[in-house]
Amino acid sequence: MSRTDVLVTADWAQEHLGQPGIVFVEVDEDTAAYDKGHIEGAVKLDWKTDLQDAEARDFVDREGFSALLSAKGISNDDTVVLYGGNNNWFAAYAYWYFKVYGHGDVKLIDGGRKKWELDSRPLSADVVERPATQYAAAEPDTSIRAFRDEVVAAIGTKNLVDVRSPDEFAGKLTAPAHLPQEGAQRAGHIPTAVNVPWSKAANEDGTFKSDEELAKLYAEAGLDEGKDTIAYCRIGERSSHTWFVLRELLGHPNVKNYDGSWTEYGSLVGVPIAKGA
Amino acid sequence: MCGAPAQGGTLAGIDLSTQTVIQGSVWHDGSPVAGAYVRLLDATDEFTAEVVTSPEGEFRFFAAPGTWTLRSLAPIGRAERSLDAEVGLNETTLAIA
Repeated sequence: MSRTDVLVTADWAQEHLGQPGIVFVEVDEDTAAYDKGHIEGAVKLDWKTDLQDAEARDFVDREGFSALLSAKGISNDDTVVLYGGNNNWFAAYAYWYFKVYGHGDVKLIDGGRKKWELDSRPLSADVVERPATQYAAAEPDTSIRAFRDEVVAAIGTKNLVDVRSPDEFAGKLTAPAHLPQEGAQRAGHIPTAVNVPWSKAANEDGTFKSDEELAKLYAEAGLDEGKDTIAYCRIGERSSHTWFVLRELLGHPNVKNYDGSWTEYGSLVGVPIAKGA
Repeated sequence: MCGAPAQGGTLAGIDLSTQTVIQGSVWHDGSPVAGAYVRLLDATDEFTAEVVTSPEGEFRFFAAPGTWTLRSLAPIGRAERSLDAEVGLNETTLAIA
């Protein structure tokens, strides 16, 4: 696995529009941006309505994911090229999610929608229809997804990376600052977690920093490469961005994303919480 | 709720006795700039949040009392300004030269 296997430039994307075997997918929570204009031929996935179970707090199940991708016209052997807003948070989440369900070839467009817009590249408002397929998702791969009990057990033993902003880590804010301050019952972070905000891994235009810069960033933060790692944020989308960096770009072997993240951990009864920087 | 909420609009439903709202608009050449990326940086210049301006060029953040920097990115250029926010409504304007 190398950087070019998992990350493509906006130039590459523009040169490969409409090519058979490649499906562009825009992923956002608010799909209004897609509806106004999207990369030509791209289908949309709604982070909430498409990728979250309607009742339980969980993924859609294997059958649900198979049905979703079949309806979107995505085949098991297609190359799926993801991009989205919020500096690719939700696209990175979808990348991780596609990997949980065993999709073979998935890539992110470096910089996502922001870089595309800042470059003034073309967007289309045309409705995209793709013929339905017979997609078959694999059994969920839990080697890349962490659940609460293993997070509690990881305190003091594994690398815990809190990728939220410093003020959320310290307990001054309970949500990213573009949202009302609500969420978990308690503010703070998981004891022994290091704070490496996801944004330190990205340039201002949303592209990822170089492998050298990224390796230095996590080494300086005290991440022990000999240990397994669990990344978390508030609801698991920013930590997908960091999961992508650690596992897919830097090639760390055992990295999990904890999608329960702070909204779950900060509401658990009887677990330790740390505050301050 | 972590995506890109619609920017601008009414403050109805927002409790200004507890929330520290930083809002305003991005301007260039006498007109509001829609679709600009506005990021909020904390007192150490660390990224805290980012939104995309509304068709009227508006942005809104929910922060905490303290010193913040706002920086906008758009194909036509960038702008930056710092402010000291308090609980309640804090309004400002970003002008792209």
